[in-house]
Amino acid sequence: MLDMIWPYLPQFAAGLKLTLLVSLGSFLIAMLVAILAVPLIMSGPKLVRMFLGGYVQIVRGVPELLVIFMVFYGGTVVLSTISGSYFEVDALSAGIAALAAVAFAYLLEILRAALISIPAGQREAGQVLGLKRHQVFSRIIFPQMLMRALPGIGNQWLISLKESALVSVVGLEELMRHSVIAAGATREPMVFYLLAALIYVAITGISTFLLRQAELRLSSGKQS
Amino acid sequence: MSFEIFLTAIPIVLKGLWLTLLITFCAFLLGQIVALPLALLARARSRLLRWPVKTWIFFIRGSPLLVQLFIIYFGMGEVDAIRNSVFWPILREPLNCAILAVGLNSGAYSAELLRGGLRQIPVGQLEAARVLGMSGFHALTRITLPQVYRNVLPVTGNEIILVMKGSALASAVTVMEMTGAARAFVSKTYAPFEVFTVAGIIYLVIGLALSQLFRGIERATAIPSSATETS
Repeated sequence: MLDMIWPYLPQFAAGLKLTLLVSLGSFLIAMLVAILAVPLIMSGPKLVRMFLGGYVQIVRGVPELLVIFMVFYGGTVVLSTISGSYFEVDALSAGIAALAAVAFAYLLEILRAALISIPAGQREAGQVLGLKRHQVFSRIIFPQMLMRALPGIGNQWLISLKESALVSVVGLEELMRHSVIAAGATREPMVFYLLAALIYVAITGISTFLLRQAELRLSSGKQS
Repeated sequence: MSFEIFLTAIPIVLKGLWLTLLITFCAFLLGQIVALPLALLARARSRLLRWPVKTWIFFIRGSPLLVQLFIIYFGMGEVDAIRNSVFWPILREPLNCAILAVGLNSGAYSAELLRGGLRQIPVGQLEAARVLGMSGFHALTRITLPQVYRNVLPVTGNEIILVMKGSALASAVTVMEMTGAARAFVSKTYAPFEVFTVAGIIYLVIGLALSQLFRGIERATAIPSSATETS
């Protein structure tokens, strides 16, 4: 069986690299935008609040695959209209954009819940002590929000990683796509899909371990 | 956005609605059926019982649903023992494979939810039941489980929506449920925004109906006094 897997290892390695790029890239973009958007959903103009709230509700309620199709085919149509000729979107950027659009909705909700859980007295105390508004947010509220949100953020990372497999359906040659190709070429789907599953389990296993370490470190810091 | 394409897309996407609902309900049911034994075994005293179940849950929760679906649909067909077994006529159908994959996936997640719920029941209750002469089985079905299921009901309502969203993956193994039907129509009309919006709206409506249903069940099964305390 190893003889069969051996020639495909370089492809699997390249696929793994792309899987990590897509999932990490989309996750980090989503995280950044969510951090920027969380003050808006809490205290922005009413129209912005309604838009963000509606976005979160919609994206969380429809299948991820539908969002990926929407971004991929929709992006192709928009770009073709702009350029005036058929223009297919690059699967990598479309994949990252689609997964980021999904992860953003969940992360925004996670951060919002964490922010709400911080007692109002903290902000008031900061203001009384003479800190400026942005100082109160960046020095007092923000670190606590991230700490409280960490389990949810970690969970979302695991979900983003597994969802990245869906991008193979629109042709991005990441880990899943390479296992489909290898399974087809060798007519041994069981071997290659199990191998792909094992690689995903290994990454999620390592991620879970690291996240637990981070949570332990943060919670011990809280007590001292 | 063309309103005309939007309207023509409605009946075409709706053709997939039945399959989406079928996969959602069957997979959810399957998941709930396998979840309880998994949760109980994961808490068993014997390591020999606990270990395989925990590994199973770890593997299912650690890998993408799409890989699991492909293992069942493409992988199983290559195994002679399965091809020659009585299960082959069932596993040959992509629809059944999709239900099996989504159901087993949901079962592992639900087992974790139940395990958390089981942990919350104080040991004293079980001891009291045993002292009163109940058998272990009796205590489980009369004392523990009603409380566990009542506690996990809100997250179970979440779980069925996750199952509905997972059912879209069935389109990857040729089952033309709503997402698959929408995608096929997009490749004909080249109007992704109109067609996928139709599908998205229907998914949102189903999701809304399901969460209303579960809220209703929650209300109907709540213990009156505790309900007034918490609300």
